[in-house]
Amino acid sequence: MMPGVINQHSSGAPLLRVRGLDLDFGSPRGRVHALRGVSLDVSAGEVVGIVGESGSGKSTLAYTLMGLLAENAEVTGGEILFEGRDLLRMAPAARRDLLGNRLSMIFQDPMTGLNPVRTIERQMIDAQHHQPGSRREKRDRAVAMLARVGIPDPQSRIGGYPHEFSGGMRQRICIAMALLVRPALLIADEPTTALDATLEVQIIHLLKDLQKEIGCSILFVSHHLGTVAELCDQVAVMYAGEVIEHGPVRDIFRNPAHPYTRALLECDPGRIRQKTRLLPTIPGEVPGLVGSQRGCIFRQRCGYAFAPCADERPAEYSVGAAQGARCHLLAPTSGVPA
Amino acid sequence: MSPLLSVRDLRVRFRTMGPLKALATGVRQPFIDAVCGVSFELRKGETLGLVGESGSGKSTVARAIMGLRPPTSGSIAFEGQEITGLSPAERKLYLRRMAMMFQDPIGSLSPRLTVRSLLMEPFHIHGMKDRDAATEADRLLGLVGLPADFGRRYPHQLSGGQARRVGVARALALDPNLIVADEPTAGLDVSVQGEVLNLLARLQDQLGIAILIITHNLNVVRHITDRMAIMYLGRFVEVGPTEHIFRQPRHPYTEALLSANPEPDPDAVIDRIEIKGEVPSLLKRPSGCEFHTRCRYAREMCAKVFPEPSQSGSDPAHSFKCHFPLEGRWQRAERSLVSPTV
Repeated sequence: MMPGVINQHSSGAPLLRVRGLDLDFGSPRGRVHALRGVSLDVSAGEVVGIVGESGSGKSTLAYTLMGLLAENAEVTGGEILFEGRDLLRMAPAARRDLLGNRLSMIFQDPMTGLNPVRTIERQMIDAQHHQPGSRREKRDRAVAMLARVGIPDPQSRIGGYPHEFSGGMRQRICIAMALLVRPALLIADEPTTALDATLEVQIIHLLKDLQKEIGCSILFVSHHLGTVAELCDQVAVMYAGEVIEHGPVRDIFRNPAHPYTRALLECDPGRIRQKTRLLPTIPGEVPGLVGSQRGCIFRQRCGYAFAPCADERPAEYSVGAAQGARCHLLAPTSGVPA
Repeated sequence: MSPLLSVRDLRVRFRTMGPLKALATGVRQPFIDAVCGVSFELRKGETLGLVGESGSGKSTVARAIMGLRPPTSGSIAFEGQEITGLSPAERKLYLRRMAMMFQDPIGSLSPRLTVRSLLMEPFHIHGMKDRDAATEADRLLGLVGLPADFGRRYPHQLSGGQARRVGVARALALDPNLIVADEPTAGLDVSVQGEVLNLLARLQDQLGIAILIITHNLNVVRHITDRMAIMYLGRFVEVGPTEHIFRQPRHPYTEALLSANPEPDPDAVIDRIEIKGEVPSLLKRPSGCEFHTRCRYAREMCAKVFPEPSQSGSDPAHSFKCHFPLEGRWQRAERSLVSPTV
């Protein structure tokens, strides 16, 4: 469609590079440290999954990348390099220009992602305001994209309003809208959580196929380990505002290094082959994020916590070629077998 | 022994438009049958799972059992007594012995009451003056593993898992024989989901409660239910022992649902059966076998003849409605999961 745009950024650096991102929310009880030292890379053409439980900061990270944070949020450190430019130090207008152009997003709830009082046609044409071409051409592109995501009879359905479509169809429309502009990076925040399992599979396959066709990268936020395993190339595991482990999907699922990742995988009933009456759990609760944290964030719930865990925040140790985890057990000198 | 709960040919019908509009627009049947001839039994201490996509009528079955939605026809017998068509006062006697857990853990708790008042509410409603409601509230908190000082909290101060526990405690307040749990783990994280399900399993073992669990999460069904029923457009398409169905589903819809379950393993080579399209509208039920529009095995006959229930081999407990049931062992690619070594 627009030759050269996809490879506009062709140096060796990844498409998106987040380094040491800190983010606080102001609250009456004090500052909530929602993201602490988050680092993440997304290379061109790669699907990166972010997994974590509620409150782990995975959606906050997605919203920070898009610049869609609430007013009480404040980035206190770090950088977000997208195509070599730091989003946090960019003029607001320049940053806005990236949205719906180089950066697109799909939200969890497909109804709130669409404007209920405008037709799909109008919304899909508006979404192309960065693109050249006449209204007619934009409409044709929108119809073609709707056909591609599996909306039957798109020529006539494009005139409909969001409420005339089912949940699965709406999410397909959201995907069509997000990818219509051929973004370099698509951020998907739990796009299948509100859908049934059969639709979930359809949407995951659709995303996978479109990602290959368009050649974009996807940052896929989910708490569902099954969908992450199926869709993603790389995985980052978040816990209480930190990325505690990251690596290629196979390594994370086959050889998890951090005790939290292991516990999380063990909890998934889908991984338990034998029928069992009692399911594994992670005892305790996610720590409060108000005030400063000392030591390892997971130590209260960790079965392997030892002396250094209480005082020192673990550095990131590499496990294998591309995998890394923040755990004192992995320190070469700790002498404790991991 | 007679079953604890016996549902026969349950039918729940919703009106889609007023009679005048129906007359004006020439619609002869301004109704949809959300539940269409469902029959099952539940014995003491047993767990039955109802599985299906959104709109398959699972929650409507639960609401009909609890008397929150009067059935259009059919019978619901609890402890041998017919409970459809009872007056609210008569029904109240039965509602002591059956309890419901609703889908939204926080939304189903009144935001203006403390946890303690919420737990005392069932005793007040049923006029149980012989019991000291305050002590009972503390006992219930202990039963579901919450500290006693949680009694002073309000629902908004609870996490999803804690609110679920309060929901379980409320359901247990009057020592029921039956708990109807509508999506008890929807919206919970996997680590918390395990806690809530383990709690239900433990209480079932201790108290011998029967549980009807409604969920779309097949992994949950597999581990905690004895029997399962798969619903499609308000009907059971397959029902039987959970183990059997997972080993050998006979209905193509069950097969598709089982294979749609994403595996938390990047190397899982899944022979995925992607089910086409979406659930048809209840306003336009397909002819013949209602699944034929999405079925990959559908033949000419399927569009014309409604399949009658048939039994799977020698097992009368496993029945299904399909003209061309699946044969042979269904297998999801087996592989050795490397168990995380510590």
